[in-house]
Amino acid sequence: MSYDERVDGRGITETRPIEAKAGVIPNADGSAYFKIGNTWAYAAVYGPKNIYPKFLSDPTKGVLRVKYNMMPFSSGGDRVRPGTNRRGKEISMVTEKSLLPVVDLKHFPNSVVDIFIELPQTDAGTRCAGITAAAMALADAGIMMKDMVASVAVGRVDDKVVVDLNYEEEAYENENGVADIPIAMIPSTGEVTLLQMDGHLTKEQLSESLRLAHDSIIEINKIQRKALKDKYEVSKNEE
Amino acid sequence: MSNLFIKNRDVVVPGEELAEGMEYLPSKGTYRLGDKIIAKKLGLVRIDGKVIKLIPLSGTYEPKKNDMIIAKVFDILMHGWRVDINCAYSAVLTVAEGTTEFVEKGADLTQYFNLGDYMFAKVTGVTSQKLIDISTKGPGLKKLFGGRIVKINPSKVPRVIGKAGSMVSMIKKGTDTQIMVGQNGLIWVNGKKPEDEIKAIESINKIVDNAHVAGLTDIIKNDLGITEEGGQK
Repeated sequence: MSYDERVDGRGITETRPIEAKAGVIPNADGSAYFKIGNTWAYAAVYGPKNIYPKFLSDPTKGVLRVKYNMMPFSSGGDRVRPGTNRRGKEISMVTEKSLLPVVDLKHFPNSVVDIFIELPQTDAGTRCAGITAAAMALADAGIMMKDMVASVAVGRVDDKVVVDLNYEEEAYENENGVADIPIAMIPSTGEVTLLQMDGHLTKEQLSESLRLAHDSIIEINKIQRKALKDKYEVSKNEE
Repeated sequence: MSNLFIKNRDVVVPGEELAEGMEYLPSKGTYRLGDKIIAKKLGLVRIDGKVIKLIPLSGTYEPKKNDMIIAKVFDILMHGWRVDINCAYSAVLTVAEGTTEFVEKGADLTQYFNLGDYMFAKVTGVTSQKLIDISTKGPGLKKLFGGRIVKINPSKVPRVIGKAGSMVSMIKKGTDTQIMVGQNGLIWVNGKKPEDEIKAIESINKIVDNAHVAGLTDIIKNDLGITEEGGQK
């Protein structure tokens, strides 16, 4: 049996419906939300500002610090225990590393830019939504960046390579199982800044996945740009 | 052959291609990649002849030499005061730059500036590691007594000041207050009555919220009820 129709009826290269907006948290220096289906990520950026604890400071450049947090009843399953956990720590770390290649903080030695990613509602693909929202929030905060970063998960469900798996697909059960690959890229150059893999894939399926991810990421980047421009241009048109 | 992909005063986001070809030159907020010029910040495009630069629409204050700023004392040192200047780094006001009086070594510095005091000061130096020196010696520089402080985004400061200070002097006249605008986004407002101060702060917030609107001076003038002769209605 092959996986011909997706559980929610999407095409295999189609992402869930996306909604994005910049400047959603007034107290933050920059903020954005990125909603893809039932996965909602809010990102808030503060800084560049003084770094504490002081030993984390770097005299050659500013430091980027990310905190990823899933809210207690955000997923369909059990209550997520609030506070730091191993999974959150790992995702914070990979998010930070996926954004670092574009962020330019060399004019801000001994300082820090804090990013807080909160997920009030989740349905798989949270790290990808978090990275996409964080890149928008960084741009909104006026941080120097050589480009944006956009992210999407691709993977194999049964015998088909599909884009943007939801939780039902991630948990799809049959003898072939599922492979899930969150990918983040710099859209203009196609450089990969995050690639993790869960499950087994053939060489051909992996190349296919990367190709599909690149196409989706370019589309997501257009949405990111539009959301950022809308924040400033909507008000410009009121004249 | 060179191509421009954008118009003057367009909003651009990081990674957006602005121009192609070697005829144009990248300036503030942009960089060159191959033969393309790419935006490095969120901002408004300003094309100045062959030079393309970005005017930031957001972001924290970046101190520069000779900036006039408002600072708040938050620590007292052996030789001066450590002040908060609304940016990622704190600045130091030394005794020599803070007062004209002779101050003996080990004297109590709180008689000149105490914790929490505000001042209108000038940035006298910024090092590569962002060590910042300020001074309150100079025309118009002083300690600020009374009044209240408003915080706005530093990118909106030029709009609040207006052309040759037209906007801020109009608010001063319309509300009968003293106003000092620091380039770091802090504004000091002092009036005889609290209502005047509130009126002035409301005007400032309105300017910030409508910074992009053309003819803002007339709108504010109308709000404050100033007639052409310059007096109040």
